[in-house]
Amino acid sequence: MKLSRPVRAVALMALFAMAFALAGCQRDAQPQWRLTDVSGHLPDLDFRLTDDNGHAVTGADYKGKVVLMYFGYTHCPDVCPLTLTQLHVVMQRLGAPADDARILFVSVDPARDTPEIMHAYVNAFDKRAVGLIGSERDTEALAKRYRSAFTREPDRGDGAYDVSHSSAIYIFDRDGKARLLATPSAAQDDIVHDLHLLIGLGAKS
Amino acid sequence: MKTRLIVALAGLTLCFGAQANDAASVHATNAWIRVLPGTLPAGGYVDFANDSDHTLKIVDTDSPAYGHAMLHRSSTDGGMGRMEMLKSVDLPAKSTTKFAPGGYHVMLMDAGKPVKAGDTVVVNFHLADGSVLPVNFVARPANANGPKD
Repeated sequence: MKLSRPVRAVALMALFAMAFALAGCQRDAQPQWRLTDVSGHLPDLDFRLTDDNGHAVTGADYKGKVVLMYFGYTHCPDVCPLTLTQLHVVMQRLGAPADDARILFVSVDPARDTPEIMHAYVNAFDKRAVGLIGSERDTEALAKRYRSAFTREPDRGDGAYDVSHSSAIYIFDRDGKARLLATPSAAQDDIVHDLHLLIGLGAKS
Repeated sequence: MKTRLIVALAGLTLCFGAQANDAASVHATNAWIRVLPGTLPAGGYVDFANDSDHTLKIVDTDSPAYGHAMLHRSSTDGGMGRMEMLKSVDLPAKSTTKFAPGGYHVMLMDAGKPVKAGDTVVVNFHLADGSVLPVNFVARPANANGPKD
């Protein structure tokens, strides 16, 4: 169905009028998220881990930043690099505002991942990425907190093994509140769109 | 009758001709390796065009630059990222099979000497008939999206 030009113009004007009306009566209107809105459904960002510089860190250390948390491991040659590369492209597309966001790559393989390996790994993808490692127990506790799961697969015979893990990306606002959930297959446009909005919320003016 | 026999024989010859070397029917393009820091395993990606009219099968892979090479497939079904080792990969007739991030890939481990972005590395693909297809892979940085980008 094709609308004639005047009809289209009127429809557009009506839409604008409606948008203004809505904006007027709802001062705290929630942004139109494209990713899955998990506000109020997942706990705030909280953990005790070691960062890729060897420093003890907690969730509170990332207050003021929008956080993208992703579970993975460095001996993962395919899916983890794919996801981290996608997040790197997203950060590049965000431009300067990306400095107000951090990618937290949490290792689900604390037996093999050391701060040094994590440091080299995350920095090969993005300078705003941070590698986090913890004891088996702390890592498990964090994964559980976000209903994430990981399983060490059987040895391949040469001492090498894979770790199956949840592929979700958890997105927190500047106050450490869980806000959005993305899958690695989410459209880059959608992640960029939502991060722009989320970084804009509570931005220092 | 005689013509039919000749056609059949010709067909047989063609058939043998093709089977003599499966590798000759496969054309590899866009081959690249995502290089990760240190001694971490790397993923290799490539497009295989099977020009023949029957399914061909990759049954093994190796590389002079790496101690181990394996056929792998990743999936993120049900929100879980996992990898499985494959004994073989089918290349259906007259079509292109892509080894791409998040799916089929060659897992390359134990590099003899560190492979750096910009290097070219040979990876061999062994087909079911015993023929071998050597493919030049270009090494790319960890955060590359493909062979060029």
